[in-house]
Amino acid sequence: MAIPETVPILGMSWNDVLFLLLAGMMLGSALLVVTLRDIIRCAIALVAAFAALAGIYVLLGAPLVAGAQVLVYIGAIAVLILFAVMLTQAKNAPTRLVFQTQALPAAVAAIVLAVIVALSVTATDWGEVGTRIATATDSLARLLFNEYILPFEVISVLLLAAVIGGVFLAKREDRDA
Amino acid sequence: MSQSLDAYLILAGILFAIGSFGFLARRNAISMLMSIELMLNAVNLAIVAFGAFKPELNVDASVIALMVMAVAAAEATVGLAIVMAIYRNRRTPLVDEYDAMRQ
Repeated sequence: MAIPETVPILGMSWNDVLFLLLAGMMLGSALLVVTLRDIIRCAIALVAAFAALAGIYVLLGAPLVAGAQVLVYIGAIAVLILFAVMLTQAKNAPTRLVFQTQALPAAVAAIVLAVIVALSVTATDWGEVGTRIATATDSLARLLFNEYILPFEVISVLLLAAVIGGVFLAKREDRDA
Repeated sequence: MSQSLDAYLILAGILFAIGSFGFLARRNAISMLMSIELMLNAVNLAIVAFGAFKPELNVDASVIALMVMAVAAAEATVGLAIVMAIYRNRRTPLVDEYDAMRQ
């Protein structure tokens, strides 16, 4: 049995339905990240937002970026954040106030920012916009290791510096010694 | 809808706004770092969206997105280490109780 061209009941294409599902999941879990009281749940919602974004990258035809998103964000950064949460949160933390006193102005500012971005995006003529094209991974590798070789090396030095700096900062000082 | 550049850019804008709200409004330092990650992801989404719809940017966009991810990983490492270092001295993760430089 072949899959129909459009989604049976809704009459939209499969890509549109996938886009709406992933976008809704991403925005919903992003909202949970900034509003939930319990910070462990915030971190779990952050993982869900990263996963939905990886799905959107696949939809955009960038499979390598999607893979890196899963490996780097879900595999490394989210786990790092979870460890930091476990090491720094007191037992009574979720019962205390979550937001600053200026949370309401912050919400207004964020909504204004979103509206301005949406308006300027729709008002701008992006020139000749082609149909969606997938990125070939072999041409990506060629570009990365030829034209972008200097930024690549600089970033590896930056990562080394970050690792050394992180270890130095998080190291426990011996006050008695 | 999934074939228009505008939809992806607006999605990225909304995600960035949510992240900026979290950064401004939360009291917990780690929550603020999570919000920064959301904003970095929004920018990455915009970059990849441009790459998908502009043929001349197609491959470059993926390379730039990968580099943004590497820088974000470095930033998260150092940021969390700083939060842990402050936590050891002040015994609280709440940023509005870090007032040593105000006194």
